[in-house]
Amino acid sequence: MSIAQTFAKAKAENRSVLVGCMPAGFPTVEHSIEQMIAMHEAGCDVIEVELPYSDPVMDGPVIQKASDIALANGVRTRDTLKIIEAVASAGATVVLMTYWNPVEKYGVDAFARDLAAAGATGMITPDLIPDEAAEWIAASDAHRIDRTFLVAPSSTDERIAMTLENCRGFVYATALMGVTGARKAVSSQAPELVARIRSIDPEMPVGVGLGVGNGRQAAEVAAFSDGVIVGSALIRSVLEAPDRATGLRDLRALSAELAEGVRDR
Amino acid sequence: MSAETLPDLAGHFGRFGGRFVPEALIKALDELEAAYRSAKRDPEFQARFQDLLLNYAAVPSLLYRATRLSEALGAEILLKREDLNHTGAHKVRNVLGQALLAKRMGKPRVIAETGAGQHGVASATAAALLDLECVVYMGETDTQRQALNVARMRMLGATVIPVTNGSRTLKDALNEALRDWVSTVDTTHYLLGTAAGPHPFPELVRDFVGGIGVEARAQCLEQLGRLPDAVAACVGGGSNAIGIFHAFVPDESVRLYGFEAGGDGMETGRHAASITGGSVGVLHGNRTYLLQDDDGQTIESHSISAGLDYPGVGPEHAWLHDTGRAVYEPVTDAEAMAAFQLLCRTEGIIPAIESSHALAGAAKIAPRLREELGRTPTIVVNLSGRGDKDVHTAGAYFGLLDQVETVVPGENT
Repeated sequence: MSIAQTFAKAKAENRSVLVGCMPAGFPTVEHSIEQMIAMHEAGCDVIEVELPYSDPVMDGPVIQKASDIALANGVRTRDTLKIIEAVASAGATVVLMTYWNPVEKYGVDAFARDLAAAGATGMITPDLIPDEAAEWIAASDAHRIDRTFLVAPSSTDERIAMTLENCRGFVYATALMGVTGARKAVSSQAPELVARIRSIDPEMPVGVGLGVGNGRQAAEVAAFSDGVIVGSALIRSVLEAPDRATGLRDLRALSAELAEGVRDR
Repeated sequence: MSAETLPDLAGHFGRFGGRFVPEALIKALDELEAAYRSAKRDPEFQARFQDLLLNYAAVPSLLYRATRLSEALGAEILLKREDLNHTGAHKVRNVLGQALLAKRMGKPRVIAETGAGQHGVASATAAALLDLECVVYMGETDTQRQALNVARMRMLGATVIPVTNGSRTLKDALNEALRDWVSTVDTTHYLLGTAAGPHPFPELVRDFVGGIGVEARAQCLEQLGRLPDAVAACVGGGSNAIGIFHAFVPDESVRLYGFEAGGDGMETGRHAASITGGSVGVLHGNRTYLLQDDDGQTIESHSISAGLDYPGVGPEHAWLHDTGRAVYEPVTDAEAMAAFQLLCRTEGIIPAIESSHALAGAAKIAPRLREELGRTPTIVVNLSGRGDKDVHTAGAYFGLLDQVETVVPGENT
């Protein structure tokens, strides 16, 4: 299913889309595939595969740690593409989240081509703003990859409008000024940001990320957004589990709880 | 494109520079740029900056004719004595400029990243002077290796936060400072330590340290009645080098040489030479040369000099390299340490190991220039910092310390 279809379907069901994030190759290639498929089966509408990167400035300690583990275990860019292929083949809608340098190193057009061939429908770029994205816009147009750029509470209306013009699929609203990681309370800046986005472009689906860790928070965010993006809390259930079976069980349980949350808005 | 007008409005030096950061930081960068543009035109701000440089930091630094070193190298060597500045390095120029800018923007808190601790100490100094709260991020490995500088920062009232992510060194400290900044931009200025990072930092830092070259050029004309044949500087992130290069860029007869840290030798892969041993990519907010693997993952750098131990380089250097206006070459740990010893013994000056790379580079180019010019060449070397902080490393390297564990060359201290 394309991103647009996924959001349209959720809208028809009067609920939000649940986007679950997991770093590729964490803790190993095989296990990360297993985890992503479990998330898909337990109710994540979109699997956001994060390409592990040595210098993830947008990410908090949990995703950093998981990325470090993946890199230490030798995960490569081509493994990430393989993982996407496996998860997409299992029927999940897959988007990639990646810092820019690994894409530039791979070759921007070749990356878009191989990403599309692997079955990903979109790509989120946390450290690439549209101002610097001419090559990516051309490549993603050529290979029909949806582009998700970020907007933040600090973004001016002019920048939000410019960013929305360059997004396709959905826009990623960073709910608070900070890095990824579950928070005790949902940011009060988030609803205001979503309202500003909608007043500029009522059509573009808005995914809200940063800080959601449980079903109640998912419901809170789902009440004012089109998509709820969860990463650190899901990853933590694997990181903190005493063994693999427990980790997978907790991951499924949290995914199901979040899926319920996005329907309970 | 001419060097004087770069970067362009979006912060690009040709294909380099720009802004590769989360959208959440764009507003802060725009604000910083606007504040900087207005400060640049404000005579009061400029007067305050010049006053602090002159009466607090002991700038302009001397341009010293090093007679015995000149004899030893077969070239006329002039040392730009940035080691005599307050806090012992060129960095004081940048931190005073940025701390004044933070005050102007009404931000009560500054954060900084530091490797060996020199930029952290300089930031803590400026923060104390201008009554700003100061938080310094430092890799845990570096806090252990540089316990004295950690104590210095604390004495000056700064908070030092050890960073335990990734390789626990300078690049990870920089990542952590960026993460802090994303969460605190309303109250915090990020006092970046080198002429790199997202626009407008490369331009702003260059301008604050640009006095080095302006002074050196005027001092050459005054002392020699002519310009030098070459200017040499060490390059890590590249702030001291861009500071001395910039005023000379339009002088086509003046050759510009940047010496990168060659570590154990380029062939070993253990070095910090981003331009001579790296490739083009994006790191820490700008497109530049960096050390990376086939997947674009950053490779850890290695140098005996902690101040040069960084896997990237400022975007203006990347551009000067591409255009051929400046020449970049590696200098190994061993070559730098030989030059360190030579300056100690011929001139009674203990240089920073960083600056020793520039001295070693001058020794390398002297015979080439002599042959090319058919006469004794005149070379200005930027002596960017003093060596007090390196006494332990150098003492261990040369076996001058009693009953102290030997430090393995290539490991920073």
